[in-house]
Amino acid sequence: MNDNMKKYLEVFETMFQVDEAKAKTLNYQDVVAWDSIGHMDLIATLEDTFDIEMETNDIIDFSSFAKGVEILRKYGIDLGE
Amino acid sequence: MFHWNGRGDRPALLTEKDVWSYERLTEEADGIAAHVGRRCLVFLLTKNVPEAIAGYVGFLSHGIVPVMVDAALDAELLAELVVRYRPSFIWTPQARKAEFVGAEGAFSLGDYVLLDRRETAPFPLAEELALLMTTSGSTGSPKLVRQSYANLEANTASIIEYLHITPEERAITNLPLHYVYGLSILNTYLTAGASLVVTEKSFFSREFWRLMREQRVTSLGGVPYTYAMLKRLRFFQMDLPALRTLTQAGGKLDPELHAAFAEDCAQKGRRFFVMYGAAEATARMGYLPAELACAKVGSMGKAIPGGRFELLDDAGKIVTEAGRIGELVYYGDNVTMGYATSGKDLSRGDERQGRYVTGDLAQFDADGIYTIVGRKKRFLKIFGKRTNLEEVEHILRRWLAETGSSAEVACAGVDDHLYVFVTDGAMAGKVVPYLSSKLGLHFSAFAAKFIPALPKSASGKTLYRELEQYYDV
Repeated sequence: MNDNMKKYLEVFETMFQVDEAKAKTLNYQDVVAWDSIGHMDLIATLEDTFDIEMETNDIIDFSSFAKGVEILRKYGIDLGE
Repeated sequence: MFHWNGRGDRPALLTEKDVWSYERLTEEADGIAAHVGRRCLVFLLTKNVPEAIAGYVGFLSHGIVPVMVDAALDAELLAELVVRYRPSFIWTPQARKAEFVGAEGAFSLGDYVLLDRRETAPFPLAEELALLMTTSGSTGSPKLVRQSYANLEANTASIIEYLHITPEERAITNLPLHYVYGLSILNTYLTAGASLVVTEKSFFSREFWRLMREQRVTSLGGVPYTYAMLKRLRFFQMDLPALRTLTQAGGKLDPELHAAFAEDCAQKGRRFFVMYGAAEATARMGYLPAELACAKVGSMGKAIPGGRFELLDDAGKIVTEAGRIGELVYYGDNVTMGYATSGKDLSRGDERQGRYVTGDLAQFDADGIYTIVGRKKRFLKIFGKRTNLEEVEHILRRWLAETGSSAEVACAGVDDHLYVFVTDGAMAGKVVPYLSSKLGLHFSAFAAKFIPALPKSASGKTLYRELEQYYDV
């Protein structure tokens, strides 16, 4: 696991109060905390963490942990694996 | 309200798959009302679907009085409201039908069903009473605002006038109908003969933005939190050529956001209206004319057509000097009749006589433009929803008692950040999940802090000011 992945996981774990295993399979609205407001907080935190600015469609399409890995790659953030 | 003629097949409601003309809306509305058949109280469980809107239009145009309730309201809180107000009928999505034990299905339309509660002891209704709105969407507060037909007509006409809503305009239902701001959009666009795109989709779906573009939505409204989200969603870069008007209400917009949206709108030739209102004034009391949006950042403007503001100082005298702070008082035909806290209040007449003391502290500048600077009453806006701190304390006290805790609790905070102070360390950790689920509001709005004892005055009153030192924001 590289540093970026560690940071990415940590954001999910703190924001949605889930463990690593659960975080990795998490989808939008799986937990109460990941609603539209939680989503905005997630995006803002990830943008700050990785110093990027995402486009509207990427923010909307960011529907799961796994999908997020793909999207972040587009912004040059390598999460390994 | 809603006695329109000669609009025929002009579109009233547009959904993803369907168009409801004014003629069809009228027919469906009349059909629902006919199954009620008399003036009585109805609970309308709101979702942003044409069936809910048809129910509302039918009830209002046939003298049936709806209580607008969020269809997502907690079951226990909804049951308490039913006991307290004894509605004769419920117009509800099928999914919540089972909660109304003993009620019979009288009629259905789409996903909505009309339930007859066979109420044998309904409360009498005052003649001018048109509609009841909750003051707080999520605490399930039993306190309702009593709005008259004259209130609705006055406020609707005034809003249409200052926003210049023409039949060519098109709004979208991104705000709920149990919320006065959302409902005022419905009232004004339908009365003006314009159309509404009806959707339950949120900003976080491609479908919403596809609808905005394909249906050429001309007007978008939002609460402060909506604007924070829009900015993060890169709204400034979106291509929405039909969009001409943005409106904001539901609490004071952060001045930075106000400036950013005012400037972006000015560049794109759009109008941006910052507005001010309350359920107690039907919906709207003030607005900042779009041409002043850039020059008067942080201000909410002046009274709407037909209304008037006044500021009162601590001694109750009228403030005449610019820059001095006083409590904002509003006068107008849209000032509602008063509150109801139980069914027996529904027969009461007009208790406000066109004057509403807002509880907001404000000042005006040399141009007569008003700015809200604070609040006298103990409530917060959480994501645009008014949340009464005393009601939250009440909910928490009951919960603490049920769990066998004798802890004391106090709520305080600023908009979008509610702090709960509790004198039981073990319970402090459970407060946030409980409140978040009970009120249906995202947990990030709440923080719970353990405090050995609440700060109290000599007379035993909680000193909320002294709790401010514990805020993190």
